[in-house]
Amino acid sequence: MYKIVSARFLAENIKMFEIEAPRIAKRRKAGQFVIVRLDEQGERIPLTIADSNVETGTITIIVQGAGKTTRKLNLKEAGDTILDVAGPLGQPSHIENFGTAVSIGGGVGAAIAYPTAVALKEAGNKVITINGARNKDMVILEDEMKKVSDEAYVTTDDGSYGFHGFVTQKLQALIDGGEKLDFVLAIGPIPMMRAVAEVTRPYGIKTVVSLNPVMVDGTGMCGGCRVVVGGESKFACVDGPEFDAHLVDFKNLADRNRMYNVHEKAALEHFETDCKLEKQIQAQASN
Amino acid sequence: MKIHRHEMPEQEAKARCGNFDEVNFGYTPELAMEEALRCIQCKDPVCIEACPVNVKIDEFIGLVAEGKFLDAAQKIKEDNALPAICGRVCPQEDQCEQVCVIGKKSEPVAIGNLERFVADYERNSGNMKLPEVKPATGKKVAVVGSGPAGLTCANDLAQWGHEVTVFEALHELGGVLMYGIPEFRLPKQIVREEIDNLKKLGVKFQTNVVVGRSVTIDELMEEDGFDAVFIGVGAGLPWFMGIPGENLNGVYSANEFLTRVNLMKAYDSNYDSPVFDCKGKNVAVIGGGNTAMDAVRTARRLGAEKVYIIYRRSEKEMPARIEEIKHAKEEGVEFIMLNSPVEFVGDENGWLKGVKCLKMELGEPDESGRRRPVPVKDSEYVIDIDMVVISIGNGSNPLIKQTTPEIGTSKKGTIVVNQETMQTSKKGVYAGGDIVTGGATVILAMGAGRTAAKAIHEELMNVTVNAE
Ligand SMILES: Cc1cc2nc3c(=O)[nH]c(=O)nc-3n(C[C@H](O)[C@H](O)[C@H](O)COP(=O)(O)OP(=O)(O)OC[C@H]3O[C@@H](n4cnc5c(N)ncnc54)[C@H](O)[C@@H]3O)c2cc1C
Ligand SMILES: Cc1cc2nc3c(=O)[nH]c(=O)nc-3n(C[C@H](O)[C@H](O)[C@H](O)COP(=O)(O)OP(=O)(O)OC[C@H]3O[C@@H](n4cnc5c(N)ncnc54)[C@H](O)[C@@H]3O)c2cc1C
Ligand code: SF4
Ligand code: SF4
Ligand code: FES
Repeated sequence: MYKIVSARFLAENIKMFEIEAPRIAKRRKAGQFVIVRLDEQGERIPLTIADSNVETGTITIIVQGAGKTTRKLNLKEAGDTILDVAGPLGQPSHIENFGTAVSIGGGVGAAIAYPTAVALKEAGNKVITINGARNKDMVILEDEMKKVSDEAYVTTDDGSYGFHGFVTQKLQALIDGGEKLDFVLAIGPIPMMRAVAEVTRPYGIKTVVSLNPVMVDGTGMCGGCRVVVGGESKFACVDGPEFDAHLVDFKNLADRNRMYNVHEKAALEHFETDCKLEKQIQAQASN
Repeated sequence: MKIHRHEMPEQEAKARCGNFDEVNFGYTPELAMEEALRCIQCKDPVCIEACPVNVKIDEFIGLVAEGKFLDAAQKIKEDNALPAICGRVCPQEDQCEQVCVIGKKSEPVAIGNLERFVADYERNSGNMKLPEVKPATGKKVAVVGSGPAGLTCANDLAQWGHEVTVFEALHELGGVLMYGIPEFRLPKQIVREEIDNLKKLGVKFQTNVVVGRSVTIDELMEEDGFDAVFIGVGAGLPWFMGIPGENLNGVYSANEFLTRVNLMKAYDSNYDSPVFDCKGKNVAVIGGGNTAMDAVRTARRLGAEKVYIIYRRSEKEMPARIEEIKHAKEEGVEFIMLNSPVEFVGDENGWLKGVKCLKMELGEPDESGRRRPVPVKDSEYVIDIDMVVISIGNGSNPLIKQTTPEIGTSKKGTIVVNQETMQTSKKGVYAGGDIVTGGATVILAMGAGRTAAKAIHEELMNVTVNAE
């Protein structure tokens, strides 16, 4: 059992948790993740370690309610527990002093990009962050990003805050403005990562993406997380999750991530019906 | 008078295709005693030599014949800590039963069935005796991995009075016994009870610890104060075939398919983990080992319409246990022999549609003595398939090697040990089971765990233990 010591929403549907896991807190490095199982019937899902504190023995995760498991997790509060947390898993981000490094986070991807941005700063890079969201309310970690960045930008799809447009447009604007970029990290939805790869490809800028295939064990045992990089199959949980964006087969990743769509939709619908029922029962009880 | 071997009562084939309950029911006490009488109590019991852990077969069967089932259980446990498991999954036809003298004229004594009966009898009697534990030695040993190798090593070390902690990467204990071998062949409750017994002996278990990631072997020894470490992490890296289409949706490794179904209980709608919906679909499993049989029979139970085994040699060369092959056939599995997949064919959305196969014929024998399959020219054709499970074996997971490079490994990635002691090239670190041999058997893994435990005890206490 792993205890949740704090929990708060950062934006609608995006929640940050601090969880007691001293062993993981001690060893984790930027770019690594944990596998979480909420309860006996739960599935195992991967979540990036956004931060850790060795003194308190806690790790931080930031979760976007996507389907049943993540929404169920986001109902939890401080004091609740999670049945299983295993990690840290995956290869740590490859960090060096590249020169000027851009860290791009789309949506909850900002949570995954953040720890790597911190590590890039510590390694002496000039760090530029681009934090993209659908609208103003969905922007997360703005202050944290600002603190580690030499330049911090926020983009919104609807223009309600910061730069009006996609993260790729901001990235292109930086390049067009004459900024010499040595390294780009992009984390977010698959179409976003693919688009970033296409922006940097003509300039030969080293670009890394953190891939999000469906995982089970996270230890290299099942091969379910395989992704195609440079024409070869790689296991994202042990060889990644970060890979050279210019070599990734994004179509295959997108196809594979749809493998359980029917099941996931049904699970979510059941879950929402159950939640509604529970609320009705509670409402009746308090009447 | 010749008495035929008593077959084990089992679930009827049609019924069992619709459930995950155990196929075999086990002997009744009467059947067990009758079968035990078939053993002629050889002066020189060759069967014992053929058992990798040298169970005193003649003696335990003698006790069964007298109806002393609990004594028989104690007798087996002198050499085998997990008889309920071995009685079910040992490839007896290649081991103890292969050499049984009765088998020369008739069928061999059903040693495995008897072992299983005795272990189940003891468990159900509520009279499970815990072995005696020696006084505490003050020594601490870490066991990495909770498969049969790790469990056996932990069991023996605990009995010698050492403080043992088992570290397991997954959330469940038991290794392949839990996530690989299906419920219908080895009920998980039996594995859990065996593990509970270890807990009663004082063995501590920590799940969710991925050694090499959560903690390294060096840290275990230097910071956490373990005097020795046993590595029993199994052969957990699935091999793929390297043919086109391998990353289509619907293509699984056996590890993933079986893990989803067994460990994550995808067959039970109360559990969240999904697995490909086999209902009414065509499923092919590639390979001829126990894992392949388990996968194909699992797909059948998940409601698949047609289930195929595709194997590149002939049935005679299949490494699976005979009982598994027989059961699979009874359950309607079609065996497509001498066929080698060359491509997985998919649709534009990335879903598997078929498997392109090349027909083979048997050529000259290879190093293993098996006749090597050679392709028949222009014989390619496509079988319509919705889901495929690749079950061609496992390599070694490199996690520990990467973080503890002093531990010597072979070209294949297996850990190299001294066969007498199971000691690795790093002092105080031992290894055994599939991580040393490559994918093998439960009983060999247990034997290795036992050998290592003895050597660890000798090193820690600076003593020599005589083999009884
Ligand atoms: C290395 C890695 C790090 C991640 N870090 C974060 C993070 O920090 N915060 C965050 O909010 N999300 C993160 N994700 C994504 C997160 O794991 C999925 O959103 C989650 O598993 C969805 O589960 P669900 O039941 O809520 O939704 P579902 O309805 O089951 O699935 C929604 C979508 O999530 C993906 N998914 C489903 N099951 C899994 C699974 N077992 N493993 C991986 N993906 C799955 C699929 O693409 C699916 O279509 C990460 C994924 C990976 C691979
Ligand atoms: C589907 C299937 C069917 C089989 N059927 C039979 C059969 O009928 N008869 C038979 O005799 N044999 C059978 N086998 C083979 C047999 O199961 C194995 O030979 C045996 O389990 C090996 O035992 P082990 O202890 O070496 O490893 P495993 O059983 O593989 O256990 C290793 C354990 O270590 C854990 N681990 C791995 N890495 C780490 C790490 N870094 N840190 C912590 N823990 C880790 C794993 O999660 C696992 O729990 C079968 C195998 C499979 C896959
Ligand atoms: S442990 Fe296996 S090989 Fe040994 S006697 Fe029992 S069934 Fe036979
Ligand atoms: S070889 Fe057969 S008959 Fe002889 S002791 Fe062993 S089991 Fe009994
Ligand atoms: S999640 Fe199973 S191998 Fe990566």
